[in-house]
Amino acid sequence: MFRELTIGQYYPGDSIIHRLDPRVKLMGALLFIVSVFLASNIFSILVVTAFLIAIIVLCKVPLSFMLKGLRSIVLLLVIAGIFNLFLTPGTVLFQLGFLHITDVGIKNCIFMIIRMTYLIVGTSVMTLTTTPNALTAGLEKSLGFLKKIRIPVHEIAMMMSIALRFIPILVEETDKIMKAQMARGADFESGGVFKRAKSMVPILVPLFVSAFRRANDLALAMEARCYNGGDGRTKMKPLKYNQSDKNAYALEIGFVALTIIANILYNRYVSGLFANMLGV
Amino acid sequence: MGIIKAKDVSYQYIRRDEEDNIEDVNVALDKINIEVEKGQFICILGHNGSGKSTFAKHINALLTPSEGTLWVDGLDTSEEDKVMSIRQKAGMVFQNPDNQIIASIVEEDVGFGPENMGVPTDEIWERVIRSLKAVDMWEYRDHSPNKLSGGQKQRVAIAGVMAMEPECIVADEPTAMLDPLGRQEVIEALHQLNREKHVTVILITHYMEEVVDADKVYVMHNGKVSLQGTPREIFSQVERLKELSLDVPQVTLLAHELKQAGLDIQDGILTRQELIDSLPR
Repeated sequence: MFRELTIGQYYPGDSIIHRLDPRVKLMGALLFIVSVFLASNIFSILVVTAFLIAIIVLCKVPLSFMLKGLRSIVLLLVIAGIFNLFLTPGTVLFQLGFLHITDVGIKNCIFMIIRMTYLIVGTSVMTLTTTPNALTAGLEKSLGFLKKIRIPVHEIAMMMSIALRFIPILVEETDKIMKAQMARGADFESGGVFKRAKSMVPILVPLFVSAFRRANDLALAMEARCYNGGDGRTKMKPLKYNQSDKNAYALEIGFVALTIIANILYNRYVSGLFANMLGV
Repeated sequence: MGIIKAKDVSYQYIRRDEEDNIEDVNVALDKINIEVEKGQFICILGHNGSGKSTFAKHINALLTPSEGTLWVDGLDTSEEDKVMSIRQKAGMVFQNPDNQIIASIVEEDVGFGPENMGVPTDEIWERVIRSLKAVDMWEYRDHSPNKLSGGQKQRVAIAGVMAMEPECIVADEPTAMLDPLGRQEVIEALHQLNREKHVTVILITHYMEEVVDADKVYVMHNGKVSLQGTPREIFSQVERLKELSLDVPQVTLLAHELKQAGLDIQDGILTRQELIDSLPR
């Protein structure tokens, strides 16, 4: 039942985006989120859309694969859309019983849905094109400054990568334990939510016991191989920027700047026009 | 002095209750004296609870003797500042292949040891390539360990130890969780490293077949070394081994039974060929 579970959802490939330094992609995702929230009108939304289409084309991941991530939030999108549509105050355009649709409501609803969709698609480009390991290494390096305030960045990154390594092993083990219990008549499928949750307890206990045993073994194995924390460690695959990474940084900053400029242009020239047209 | 020398090494597992009073003392090692020369292939035999794994952990300084001294290449394992260089000299392969692979890509796992030792990047790669080739796992370098068989995982673990360029490898029941084919792979890999790279190997096991090609065998029982010698000397004593609840290889057992039945066969037959040759025509 857990077989299809994939965490980190990496899509193997060899595109320009795949080859970028993970730190560039992390920063890119962050700047993209900022831009999506900065974009408050048709001009800047167009800028963001153009950028998004460009990276989707560049990363060579099939669009259908990317949109899979959206499926899980469709319900959330619909609910948020409805709330925005009906409950925003403003000039009433339609009235339907106690529900009313306003001009601001329509605008908010559309922007909300566009923003959410862009956020999911944009950030999934990062996870789809970066291996979990590279992502962890990128996080460790870019958050390295936190070491100065005594946050154990290396240790957290190490824990993350070990967790990623052990997810499939523990999933397999859960499967085994469930089958062993089903063979002895345990029933995980029938009954309500509570009954099913309760039937999980006999799985969790042996799973935890074995996880702790594994953790103990792994700690010994790491010690035996001279692991002594992050100090004095060298890297087998050190992160190094090359020219295309620098170009990508420049593009990212340019993109945010462009979004801001689009906003300013819209506010100075176009919004006034609209107001005149509508006679407001 | 040999690469590993244990002098009167004793170790007790002490269980304490909540008030720190001693509840139970379990003597795992009792005055062990073992000396291993450089380049040898040593086997330590013993059934469960004989103390053989405890001894293995001593060589890697994961445990230190309660009494007595253990030297690895002249370094005393109870001196704390030497621990890192001891672990570098004596690498360790554990029983469970899943629980000793740290990274999610084969080559990164092999590089883990050298990374910890602070080896420069270029040299890490050289070592990783060399060790993966030595255990014949080079073509799997970019695979996930989860997709490998048990024997392959153990070979990756051996490569991970080799990349630290140790003087000696301690393998603590590396084949206990493998199928017969995987067992053969792993034992062959260890023998090859011993032959070609002249690494001292200390193999801890309870499979008799794996012991046959060793230079020297120690049999442990209840924390003591109860027998030592070449495989032939050890397997000549079938009755004594049975007392220690250990089996002998099937061929040896057959030869022994035949001899008891009156045939004129020498003691300590180790291979089928030897048995065939010594059978009276």
